[in-house]
Amino acid sequence: MKPAAFDYVAAETLDEAVSALARAGGDGKILAGGQSLVPMLNFRLLRPSILIDINRIRDLGHVDATADVVRIGALTRHHALETSPLIKAHLPIMTAAMQHVAHLAVRNRGTIGGSLSHADPAAELPMMAVLLDAKIKIRSLHGRRVAEARCFFTGSLTTDLKDDEIVTDVEFPRLLPNTGWAFEEVARRAGDFALAAVGVTMSVHNGTADRVRIGMTGVGETPLRASEAEGLLAGKAVDAQALEAAASAIEAAVEPNTDLHASADYRRFLVGALARRAISVAWQRACGA
Amino acid sequence: MIAHKNIKLTVNGAVYQRTVEPRLLLSDFLRVDLGLTGTHVGCEHGVCGACTIIVDGDSARSCLMLAVQADGAMIETVESLGSIHKLSSVQKAFHEHHALQCGFCTPGMLMTVTDLLRKYPLATDEEIRAGLSGNLCRCTGYEHIVEAVRAIVRQREAGP
Repeated sequence: MKPAAFDYVAAETLDEAVSALARAGGDGKILAGGQSLVPMLNFRLLRPSILIDINRIRDLGHVDATADVVRIGALTRHHALETSPLIKAHLPIMTAAMQHVAHLAVRNRGTIGGSLSHADPAAELPMMAVLLDAKIKIRSLHGRRVAEARCFFTGSLTTDLKDDEIVTDVEFPRLLPNTGWAFEEVARRAGDFALAAVGVTMSVHNGTADRVRIGMTGVGETPLRASEAEGLLAGKAVDAQALEAAASAIEAAVEPNTDLHASADYRRFLVGALARRAISVAWQRACGA
Repeated sequence: MIAHKNIKLTVNGAVYQRTVEPRLLLSDFLRVDLGLTGTHVGCEHGVCGACTIIVDGDSARSCLMLAVQADGAMIETVESLGSIHKLSSVQKAFHEHHALQCGFCTPGMLMTVTDLLRKYPLATDEEIRAGLSGNLCRCTGYEHIVEAVRAIVRQREAGP
């Protein structure tokens, strides 16, 4: 199990990387952490003509915060996100989610830009981006653009990225003070991709739930928002009845797949159970905050 | 014809200069080009952990890196730990606690544990198990491996 032959260039700057990508004419791949790309090369599921290594580009792995957003460079490693005090302070739900991402040796190399571009339908970071309304910054030889995370993921392992485009950084709006949040996941083994996972953020306004966001992964072709359930909870106190209505809406809305790891029915059951748990915890945190 | 690349890297303290094909995996470079066959190759897609090495101070899957990416890197493999006559503390603990049977996963386990011990207190079994969770062993069960790590942690806490 070895990769087919390819050429290789280590870009020193973003300009070099996007130029090389443009020259490759749709047949090049960006090599960031390589934790998803290299397995696909090894299996020969991908046979690019050239790999453009971005690991030597400076300043692509930074995390910084302004008053409104946390900006994460595309080359930021999972382990850096997991342990970043800035992330813990402004996006604590991401710190919690990172505990579920693969294993240490993989987290040491895997990157956020790679995870978003790869778009595994059961991965945590794409779901974080969709849940938290992240903006994905993209560059090509022809310029820059910004994609809303909710429009970025178009299918399993498929995104809105064009062949000549590269993700440069991701902006996450900071969670406002007094935001309640929760992340719940079930996987077959620690570090495996999720069978299902649910992330929730909400705040409390006059004793009722406000700004409710519910993200899900592992139960569709892309990470999803539970828009109907979000609407059902908004403006209500989260009691047993409201919780049941939201979870039932989620179970009815998802169309999970059956695979080796779990049946569609089990995934539907699981996402409902995880949603009940995550919504309750987020509500309690929002009330206590 | 794809151009081969020159790389220069440090492995276990020795500097090597080689010319490699871009598609050569780091695991194969170590085993075939350098003859360091201590690093084992299991699944070749990052799941089993047998090929775990330490790259610039952090554990990594050598099957998920290309040799060309390691240009300039400082690499540690299982061969750096000790010899049959003078085992490293981790190797000694694995020996004493029967933490291996067939030995296939052992190089990856040893490198993972070496990395963990440098960085984390490993105060609880939960922490030890989480640290080992990326390395599969198909014969001893994990209990003896956890015991070996726990023994090193205790020894370390007791002082020299």
